[in-house]
Amino acid sequence: MNHLLTLIVLLPLAGFLLNGLAGPRLGKRFVTAVGCGLPILAFLATVQCVLTLNAAGDPLVERVYTWARIGESTFDVAFYFDRLTAVMTLIVTGVGSLIHVYSVGYMKEDKGYARYFAYLNLFLFFMLLLVLGRSLLVLFVGWEGVGLASYLLIGFWFEDAEKARAGKKAFIVNRIGDAGFLVGMFVLYSTLGTLDMDRINAAFMASPMPAVSASLVGILLFIGATGKSAQIPLYVWLPDAMAGPTPVSALIHAATMVTAGVYMIARLSGIYVHAPEASQVIAVVGVLTAFFAATIAIAQTDIKRVLAYSTISQLGFMFVALGVGAYGVAIFHLYTHAFFKACLFLGSGSVIHALSGEQDIRKMGGLARKIPVTFVTFAVATAAIAGLPPLAGYFSKDEILWFAFASERGGSPLLWGLAAGTALLTAFYMFRLLWLTFFGRSRMTPEVEHHIHESPFSMTSVLVVLAVFSAIGGFFSIPHFLEPLLPMPEAKHELHHLETPLVVVSVVLALLGLAAAAFFFGRDAERANRLRPRFAGLQKLLYDKYYIDELYDRLITRPLYWISDRVFLRIGDRALLDGTLNGLAGLAQRTAGALGRVQTGNLHLYALFVLLGSLACLLLVWRHV
Amino acid sequence: MADKVPLLLSLAVAIFALGLLGVVVRRNVLVMLMCMELMLNGVNLSLVTFAHQTGTAVGAVLVFLIFVVAAAEIAIAIPIVLLLVRSKRTLDLDAYTDLKG
Repeated sequence: MNHLLTLIVLLPLAGFLLNGLAGPRLGKRFVTAVGCGLPILAFLATVQCVLTLNAAGDPLVERVYTWARIGESTFDVAFYFDRLTAVMTLIVTGVGSLIHVYSVGYMKEDKGYARYFAYLNLFLFFMLLLVLGRSLLVLFVGWEGVGLASYLLIGFWFEDAEKARAGKKAFIVNRIGDAGFLVGMFVLYSTLGTLDMDRINAAFMASPMPAVSASLVGILLFIGATGKSAQIPLYVWLPDAMAGPTPVSALIHAATMVTAGVYMIARLSGIYVHAPEASQVIAVVGVLTAFFAATIAIAQTDIKRVLAYSTISQLGFMFVALGVGAYGVAIFHLYTHAFFKACLFLGSGSVIHALSGEQDIRKMGGLARKIPVTFVTFAVATAAIAGLPPLAGYFSKDEILWFAFASERGGSPLLWGLAAGTALLTAFYMFRLLWLTFFGRSRMTPEVEHHIHESPFSMTSVLVVLAVFSAIGGFFSIPHFLEPLLPMPEAKHELHHLETPLVVVSVVLALLGLAAAAFFFGRDAERANRLRPRFAGLQKLLYDKYYIDELYDRLITRPLYWISDRVFLRIGDRALLDGTLNGLAGLAQRTAGALGRVQTGNLHLYALFVLLGSLACLLLVWRHV
Repeated sequence: MADKVPLLLSLAVAIFALGLLGVVVRRNVLVMLMCMELMLNGVNLSLVTFAHQTGTAVGAVLVFLIFVVAAAEIAIAIPIVLLLVRSKRTLDLDAYTDLKG
């Protein structure tokens, strides 16, 4: 009982070790039992912890062991479980377990079955470490660990060089953000002397504020969050991360890992409450990311890529909420997003599965009748993300929009305008996806069409569960549940009367998006096709993602290559370092060559040298005595 | 006796120099070995002379030590020479320059 939190964390680790070491030898049954069973056990343990938490009221704290003791300071590995952690852990283990179950069907034929489940469990272990850790240090270990697991899973089919490269890209881009995160940690530790997050919050809440700029720390930590949670300017890794198996995209790049940045900022809300500048930056970056990614999503043709940009966009929404001080609302959206985005990703996985690997929505169409369960769940999740009432996404997005408009901590009509525009775009591109995939005439090759089949029960059942939660999840008010921990910002008094009109506006926007998508892409996308030549330039710009990857390549990657090659490799390494060493070695060699001539092997010569030497010594002594 | 010290020392130096010269100029290995013995004995003579002059036994003791070492040295050196000669059938040292390191 006392070590339940530790147990939650260690169960997936055990799964990783068992499957990683013995999995391939013990057969698929064993791998499935371990790979799915242990996450489910972790979920049950979490439920038990939540019950304990509700009964006790106080946060549960478990000190596992002392990691390091350096002088006066000690670094403990401790787990901390309050309401925020509870929500996060439930999402991670709950949605995580569902996706594990789904994977059983999806990965059935793969030869790396055991390896896949081992990685998945490893990911879950690090994610739980991240969420449950009390100290920033433990969080950071989890933070890096999920990065590693994500790298392994994105590059799961590493025989394909393109996919392996996507894994590397994700890892490297994340490292850039981590640098900021680390520096933020250093600043916090050097001023506060502790990395325990509850203590950091308490220190910032105390009356003499710590002698450190909260905004500086806030921005540094936010840089870390932009990497992990795919915000401008470090979002570029996420679309490429779709190279991994689809359940991985659902687990890592929709439901859990990418929300780590949101969680971290909500967890350290004590800092951000006192950092209006940092909060402003977060809100602006968030809303720009949301809008920007949504426009890209409109023109993408790969089903998973649309979802990837939609994920970036939704994460932007969460950051808007964080930026205006509505931390509980951000977690609310995180929670609803976990359901509907996991459902969408898994649904897309089911579509891809049905079409024997086809991902291009231009080659789909008319699937609604052929795979009805996938269609219905996908449609529910689409409506949820678009924000149609009374589905889950409606509640969370609506609250975000309201606080973006009216929060005392940086809400503004402009912020609302952009966010509302994004909501409209979201509805539009999601329904476009739905139409192109499931309605209209079939654009598939006869070969593919012949093989279409609904996914097995293990996959569809998960879809149904997630769709149900996408539909009803919004009725459980997370912000209210978190209120004691993360108080809501005050709404500007004079704007209160606008609350209801704004709700109406956001519903109208969602319906407008639906209508527009239906108008343009109904009837086999006739109108969209007619319109396309007129906007060819814009279409190409969006399809090519604003050439941001190319821009980064020109501005950062190539100069770096150039400097690394010309300056560091040719001048620094080869000329300076190797040159010095080779020069010294060459000098020794040449000197030895010259002196070696003396060694003739002629004993008489040696004796003569001895004689001359002795005489020289004698002469010297005689001269100086 | 005391007046003979310079004479004895001169003799010692002469023997030593003769031996050294022999080592440097002669090519026969055996002769070189003998010249080395000469050098040793030159030193021995000077040691004995000094011991006698100062009236202590240290010099004489050292001389005995050198005798012993010299005997051991010759006992090693002669077999080496024998082996060398067996391989090349000559006592000329110049034939053995290929032994250089």
